[in-house]
Amino acid sequence: MKIIKNAIAGTLESSDIQIMLVSNMNDGIKVELKSSVEKLFGKQIRKVISGTLKNMGIDNVTLVATDKGALDCTIKARVECAVYRACGIKEEYDWEVIDQWNV
Amino acid sequence: MERLRRTMLFVPGNNPSMLKDASLYGADSLMFDLEDAVAISEKDSARLLVYNAIKNLDYGDTEIVVRINGLDNPFGRQDIEAVVRAGVDVIRLPKTETKEDILAVEAIIEEVERKIGREVGSTKMMAAVEGAIGVINAYSIATSSKRLIGIALGAEDYVTNLKTKRYADGMELMGARTQIVIAARAAGIYALDTVYADIDNEEGFKNEVKLIKQLGFDGKSVINPKQIKPVHDIYSPTALEIKKSIDICKAAKLAKEQGLGVISLNGKMIDKPIIDRADRLLQLAKAVGLYKEAQ
Repeated sequence: MKIIKNAIAGTLESSDIQIMLVSNMNDGIKVELKSSVEKLFGKQIRKVISGTLKNMGIDNVTLVATDKGALDCTIKARVECAVYRACGIKEEYDWEVIDQWNV
Repeated sequence: MERLRRTMLFVPGNNPSMLKDASLYGADSLMFDLEDAVAISEKDSARLLVYNAIKNLDYGDTEIVVRINGLDNPFGRQDIEAVVRAGVDVIRLPKTETKEDILAVEAIIEEVERKIGREVGSTKMMAAVEGAIGVINAYSIATSSKRLIGIALGAEDYVTNLKTKRYADGMELMGARTQIVIAARAAGIYALDTVYADIDNEEGFKNEVKLIKQLGFDGKSVINPKQIKPVHDIYSPTALEIKKSIDICKAAKLAKEQGLGVISLNGKMIDKPIIDRADRLLQLAKAVGLYKEAQ
């Protein structure tokens, strides 16, 4: 998938995570994480974010995440949504592919 | 008793906190809402969130229902695709007007079940009737598919359609409620009542629950966890009811063993409907943990 615009998904409510994506051409994946539980879970949050981006075939993007104590499945959902939005895909998802990321 | 459906807790589909905690409150079913509780601009994010939640969180034995968007907009089809793949128990179709509405959703469910190798027919459905035409067609809707587990009333749209509003005594809903219970019973499926929006009016809520129990409904949609216990309390058989039902069932069993045609208990004749009701009450008491059959 190809990122064509900046996008945002998620909220700053408790148990959510807000994901902001800014396209970059050749800088690889850069993750900036703000989380009240960073010391405890920062590594895991970053792992879920990177894994989701990798699944979606994203190699170059700057991702700013503001975490409010989100579960892994919420992090995945918000990253997936932000990437689809950034790629200009609103409704016609390939669910077969999404299923493969969630075996 | 197939399953308890006394309470169905509405959970906004785009709220991670509520999706995470919803099963803690003890509702019989959870209904993740992708329809009215989600802004048009967030349909995509809510769908992905609900998909990931169902797929990854353990809701135990709680029945998971998702209210999808209708097929008259671009969201409905994607909702079905996502939640069938996630393994939802029941898809709730809003604003059902005819059996064709059900059949159209069923066709997409079946298509997805076949694609992913899920047993065809394992995704159940329920229909929410929210307008005059839906109420008139209640029986035709209730019998439209083997997947249907229940038919529900959605009162807010219904009263608007009827050019009235909701009143404290609920008289404006009497016709629809009666029609829905009768249709559900004729079809052999569950009848589920509408929400009660005034969450701070506990007395009014309890009165409404007593009324719908009296009418024959199996349960009610609830919008706040604090509405769950009053419904369960009202739907729980009392100790006296359980005792009477045990006596009736014992008398019926004894009469059968002795080959007696007429059954009497404490001087009163007991006929089949009374025995059926006693049996059903004991099934309910058993399901809620108030009665254990002697081995």
